[in-house]
Amino acid sequence: MYDFAYHKPATVADAAKILAADGDAKALAGGQTLIPTLKQRLAKPSAVVDLSAIKDLAGISVAGGKVTIGAMTRHGDVAASADVKKALPALAALADGIGDPQVRNRGTIGGSIANNDPAADYPAACLALGATIKTNAREIAADAFFLGMFETALKPGELIVSVSFPIPEKAAYVKFGQPASRYALVGVMVAKTATGARVAVTGAASAVFRWSDAEAALSKSWNAASLDGVKVSPDGLNSDIHAAADYRAHLVGVMAKRAVATAG
Amino acid sequence: MAIDGIGAAVRRKEDYRFLTGQGNYTDDISRPNQVHAYFVRAQAAHAKIVRIDTAKAKAADGVVAVFTGADMAADAIGGLPCGWLVKNKDGSPMQEPAHPVLAVERVRHVGDPIAVVVAETLAQAKDAAELLDIELADLPAVVGLVDALKPGAPAVHAGGNLCFDWHIGDADQVAAAFKNAYKVAKIDLVNNRLIANPMEPRAAVGEYDRATGEYTLFTTSQNPHVIRLLMGAFVLHIPESRLRVVAPDVGGGFGSKIYHYAEEAFVTWAAPKIGRPVKWTAERGESFMSDAQGRDHVSHAELALDKNGKFLALKVSTLSNMGAYLSTFAPAIPTYLYATLLAGVYTTPAIYAEVKAVFTNTVPVDAYRGAGRPEAAFLIERIVDIAAAEMGMDRVEIRKRNFIPTDAFPYQTPVALQYDSGDYFATLAGAMNAIDYAGFEARRAAAKKVGKLRGIGISTYVEACGIAPSNIAGALGARAGLYECANVRVHPTGSVTLFTGCHSHGQGHETTYAQLIAERLGIGLDQIEVSHGDTNKIPFGMGTYGSRSLAVGGTAVVKALDKIVDKAKKIAAHLLEAAEADIEFKDGKFTVAGTDKSKSFGEIALTAYVPHNYPLETLEPGLDETAFYDPKNFTFPGGAHICEVEIDPDTGVVKVVDFAACDDVGRVVNPMIVEGQVHGGLAQGIGQALMEECVYDDKGQLRSGSFMDYTMPRADDLPSFKVSTAITLCTHNPLGVKGVGEVGAIGSPPAVINAVVDALKDYGVRHIDMPATPQKIWAIVNGGHRMAAE
Repeated sequence: MYDFAYHKPATVADAAKILAADGDAKALAGGQTLIPTLKQRLAKPSAVVDLSAIKDLAGISVAGGKVTIGAMTRHGDVAASADVKKALPALAALADGIGDPQVRNRGTIGGSIANNDPAADYPAACLALGATIKTNAREIAADAFFLGMFETALKPGELIVSVSFPIPEKAAYVKFGQPASRYALVGVMVAKTATGARVAVTGAASAVFRWSDAEAALSKSWNAASLDGVKVSPDGLNSDIHAAADYRAHLVGVMAKRAVATAG
Repeated sequence: MAIDGIGAAVRRKEDYRFLTGQGNYTDDISRPNQVHAYFVRAQAAHAKIVRIDTAKAKAADGVVAVFTGADMAADAIGGLPCGWLVKNKDGSPMQEPAHPVLAVERVRHVGDPIAVVVAETLAQAKDAAELLDIELADLPAVVGLVDALKPGAPAVHAGGNLCFDWHIGDADQVAAAFKNAYKVAKIDLVNNRLIANPMEPRAAVGEYDRATGEYTLFTTSQNPHVIRLLMGAFVLHIPESRLRVVAPDVGGGFGSKIYHYAEEAFVTWAAPKIGRPVKWTAERGESFMSDAQGRDHVSHAELALDKNGKFLALKVSTLSNMGAYLSTFAPAIPTYLYATLLAGVYTTPAIYAEVKAVFTNTVPVDAYRGAGRPEAAFLIERIVDIAAAEMGMDRVEIRKRNFIPTDAFPYQTPVALQYDSGDYFATLAGAMNAIDYAGFEARRAAAKKVGKLRGIGISTYVEACGIAPSNIAGALGARAGLYECANVRVHPTGSVTLFTGCHSHGQGHETTYAQLIAERLGIGLDQIEVSHGDTNKIPFGMGTYGSRSLAVGGTAVVKALDKIVDKAKKIAAHLLEAAEADIEFKDGKFTVAGTDKSKSFGEIALTAYVPHNYPLETLEPGLDETAFYDPKNFTFPGGAHICEVEIDPDTGVVKVVDFAACDDVGRVVNPMIVEGQVHGGLAQGIGQALMEECVYDDKGQLRSGSFMDYTMPRADDLPSFKVSTAITLCTHNPLGVKGVGEVGAIGSPPAVINAVVDALKDYGVRHIDMPATPQKIWAIVNGGHRMAAE
């Protein structure tokens, strides 16, 4: 770990000010990516801005047909929340499947989304459920938020405050774990909403994406069989020692069907 | 008082300390005024060292010293020695290239240490390491075994990439048998390279006392005396009398902590230079690129059969990867611990095997749990299944037809070994009953109804433990002895400390050895302490590897106890005023036969140390005996493992749904420890079969260089094992014990792959190389990627 300045601001405004003024400063939420990166000397931020002292960034509320989760809410709290389990059980289940208990006790939804790891689970939920990401500056639709590998629409000094998920008619997330890390080799979130089906895929490509062919098929008829013959192209999908692109493409179809079956 | 002796499933004495975090590991040891070493390692697999400029690093904050290979060469420091020399077919010696502690002129694998920065803190050492100006000129690297022997392949060493070309068996006899074969089964297979990954990474602390001239090395070793010998005599030229090596609690080894490594030599060498203790602890990433790795064979084998399915002859040709340098015992693994096991449990009358050991630009390879025997068992048990398919025979029947009959022991194989005992029919029956083999087809049909492919696979194996005797091993190239030493020290009040040369790093020695002593002396386990790991305490020892601790180390304990009891009887005879021949020792009491006159073991111990009423003219005081034991032969555990898998054809995931192991490990001292050893071995064997693979790219970069990409088996990957034993006693050690440390890892991989191949039989699959990953299985099921299967 290299030396860095450490800040622990009490308000979002103070945190944003430090981050805006210093392009090499990094926000620390749950630290599940940043801390290992620092320990391995793969990042050399000038400052770490610890968000854990900012009140009101954590919390869960269900109102107005939406589940809203504060940016600093831990995965374990989402997974265990009776309100989330009741209103949006697919999201609680997704949170319950992130990493291991240690990761779930530290990792946060805001950190996960801001990092936009290509194999992270939460981005799939945001896209498939049509979430709105609220920052200290604005509200951003999930469709406009995830730009590419580790890349989001967040501007320097912009911090996620909360994420709101419209409650769908049905939804489910099913992932195929990479054998070693158990990150999503392929993860698919499906949602049946009033305006049609939404399908988001994580793990398979450089960033989470919506699978429009599957959405069209499921919007016509919401059942797993609708996806028979609907294929995602392996072109541009990730390829590594665990899965070549064609295998990943195949798994996208299998996971999507299983997600629809799970959603019921 | 009930004695927890042989056969008692007592809880391990050491567990309280481990489970409450009170173990004392090498990294827990910090010496006053110590400094920290950080190793700068090659990022390229093969490169010429053009220049190393240490000036900036040396000037950095907190830096105490910076060393390179040139510094060690200037000090006439020897290279890391190889402990086993194998001869070529023509009798000439193998190629034995130098293995410098720090690379000189060239780096030969990713992770090869180039320089060491020593600083007040580890962070300062790392900061300074970034200031080192190192210029490397990349050379082409060679990674694959087959590629390395091609003409024009980049040469890892000046002598080329062939380390040795060795053989065993009778080639003419085999050729003649193949002429008469009714059928020949053939296979080409790979035994995948593995990384041991013990929970505790390697660590070392070197210290030098100017007042006494004594060096102390604390290190994560399975065999501290071997390290003292190799490092003292061959590398640093320090007499044993001034070199203390301590291996405190060690968190798993699996073979990878047998060897003498660069880092421990460095910290011992550097301590007097710096005048302060020097500490190093591997980070996990370093473990991946500096711990010796395991397996890595490419083999072709052919099995000749007669019309009744009897095996006539086996011929095997194997390439074995040594990596970039020879690790301590590397040459012995694919030769004397592999090819000598190729008879397996069968009466195959003629066998010929040739083994070429090959250098590549990869991390050195050496023994890993099983060491050669898993490679042999995998090859045999795969080709037997293929033979069954070729012959249209049942897989159980072909095995039984070729088993060495139970009344044929001692049995001389055509590849040097003589098995002393075994009953392969009994272990097979035990495993078949445990898994309800007869009911399998019904389970297969039920699985098919829900779209799953179910398969069952059998492996019947034999292995060899407690490598010995020393004189024969020496004739075959070993440069060390293969005996073990035990010192039983009875204290004046009758409590006992055992000093054993077998280090315990997960095997439960502190309990098992105590049970041997409790059984013999009739005292409670709480009266017995087992001490190991410190060369200043233990007379000598060859350490723990090859499942030898009970068969060899335990026998040394028995021999020392014999001496204790002999002497104690003499003392008892004196006290009881009886003839020594009339003294009986039972349940902790010395009794004059046929009388009620007796003395307790404690009374005898006290008399030995307070010799007021004592035959001083004829008997020395004290009760402290040492024994060295050199076995007459290996021991030969064997058994049957049966695996049942279910494959999801949509994803290619193989789930092990049931697993039965019935092993013959000889007499069982602690059934709970034996079961635990089998469980651990099975986890590693199933890991090899389905998950684990060390992958290098064609430039020699390690692609599976962390737990993010190297798949370790986890608890939820494994079923609840059905473990049992069906024993025959070893005939040449007094306890009748054979060894259990490795059986799980040896027997299980072929059982798993045989089950996977069985599950996929409708897809025309004959063989699948390990690991049978979801991607590989999916490719077979979907007809793509034919390279994944034959």
